[in-house]
Amino acid sequence: MSFQHKHVLGIEQMTKEDIQIILDTADSFKEINSREIKKVPTLRGKTIINAFFEASTRTRLSFEIAGKRLSADTVNISGSTSSVVKGETLEDTAKNIEAMAPDIIVIRHGHSGAPHYLSERVGCSVVNAGDGAHEHPSQALLDLMTMREHKGSIDGLEVAIVGDITHSRVARSDIYALTRMGAKVRLCGPGTMMPIGIELLGNVEVFTDIREAIEGADVVMMLRIQMERQSNILLPSLREYARFYGLNPTNLKLAKPDAIVMHPGPMNRGVEISSAVADGGQNVILDQVENGVATRMALLYLVSGVESMQTND
Amino acid sequence: MAKTETAILDKAGIARAITRIAHEILEQNKGGERLALVGIRTGGDHLATLLQARIQEIEGTEVPLGAVDITMYRDDLASRGNLPIGKTNIPFHLDGKQVILVDDVLYTGRTIRSAMDALMDFGRPSTIQLAVLIDRGHRELPIRADYVGRNVPTAREEDIAVIFDDELNPVEVRLVKP
Repeated sequence: MSFQHKHVLGIEQMTKEDIQIILDTADSFKEINSREIKKVPTLRGKTIINAFFEASTRTRLSFEIAGKRLSADTVNISGSTSSVVKGETLEDTAKNIEAMAPDIIVIRHGHSGAPHYLSERVGCSVVNAGDGAHEHPSQALLDLMTMREHKGSIDGLEVAIVGDITHSRVARSDIYALTRMGAKVRLCGPGTMMPIGIELLGNVEVFTDIREAIEGADVVMMLRIQMERQSNILLPSLREYARFYGLNPTNLKLAKPDAIVMHPGPMNRGVEISSAVADGGQNVILDQVENGVATRMALLYLVSGVESMQTND
Repeated sequence: MAKTETAILDKAGIARAITRIAHEILEQNKGGERLALVGIRTGGDHLATLLQARIQEIEGTEVPLGAVDITMYRDDLASRGNLPIGKTNIPFHLDGKQVILVDDVLYTGRTIRSAMDALMDFGRPSTIQLAVLIDRGHRELPIRADYVGRNVPTAREEDIAVIFDDELNPVEVRLVKP
């Protein structure tokens, strides 16, 4: 059993075994990040383009460091400084990037499906680093890695995801990944931010009261209110949102005593999460960031391996 | 055609070889003071654990023990695809240590080259020495073992299998003919 995906477009296409392989590989790579010389020659000679057409610090940095620690050459382009602002289409940009023979394109794009569109038009591997409100596979995988480290196994966990589910690609990828690995997902948010029919995705339950959603949970994951993806009509005010849907030390007590608090970042302190919780003993938010590098090393290694097997066949 | 397997070393024979190698290591390095053992996964790590126990019996010192997975350092990754990556665990400083690299079978020498590259990423040992249970010849790189359990001349199409039991103790070495 080995990993067979040339592209990582979303968790939706992955089996339980695929996720298992990625998490195990990431576990093995993690040790490199604590060495004095944080570099192995595994992807020497490979070129990775990080094409970020949407703002990002954490994910871009994480992918860039992951590539560099594997000895690949990583090059970044960002939307605001690329020819996109001069009116070039995504396909033309992609064709031009491809002419310079990269091995992997890591793409973040504001439109759902952009990585998929790209993967059908270029010869190299495409890794989705977040597309619109669709998927953010590497984030879900690092979330699972962090949960597995703290809880031993994903199977049987009760995971509450609270916030703007409609606009969250992280939520969507996490729902696919968690339910596939045997966890139970509780979604919570204002009705205006909860997609109709989301419970059809599998072992998912929908709540509108955060206290019910958190009660007895093993993991509480808070999502950011994505101001850039919505008009103001979904929310009366941020203060009201914080009061009804924010995580604070009082409602966190409803979760299991050993529950962990997660957040994909960037946090809006005082909105979805109070500072007391964000800095409290139950938060594993920086573990998530640390595991992000190992997870992305695993993804880059695995897709480039599939590529080389195909060229040799 | 069915493969034929011949046992070339039994449990007692392996134990005697390990004991002799432990003595040789201690003699060569004038005691166990600065020694460290690093086994190559998988196989070498189990033998390194045995060597550590044997050295403790003889000398009374507990030599630091680590394990290295060389997949990330292979020179044939481009043609092998995504091989599973095992865990490397070296929980001590290598600087100034006399490192004994341990593997079960020495063949082309490429694994040892990879393992040495990995060790160098962890620090600067004062020496790296190589201990193997079986040397089957056919080197492709200028590498030789300092401590050898048994030299077994083989043909390239043959294979050497070191069999471990459930407790990871070596029980038999077999020569496998195609």
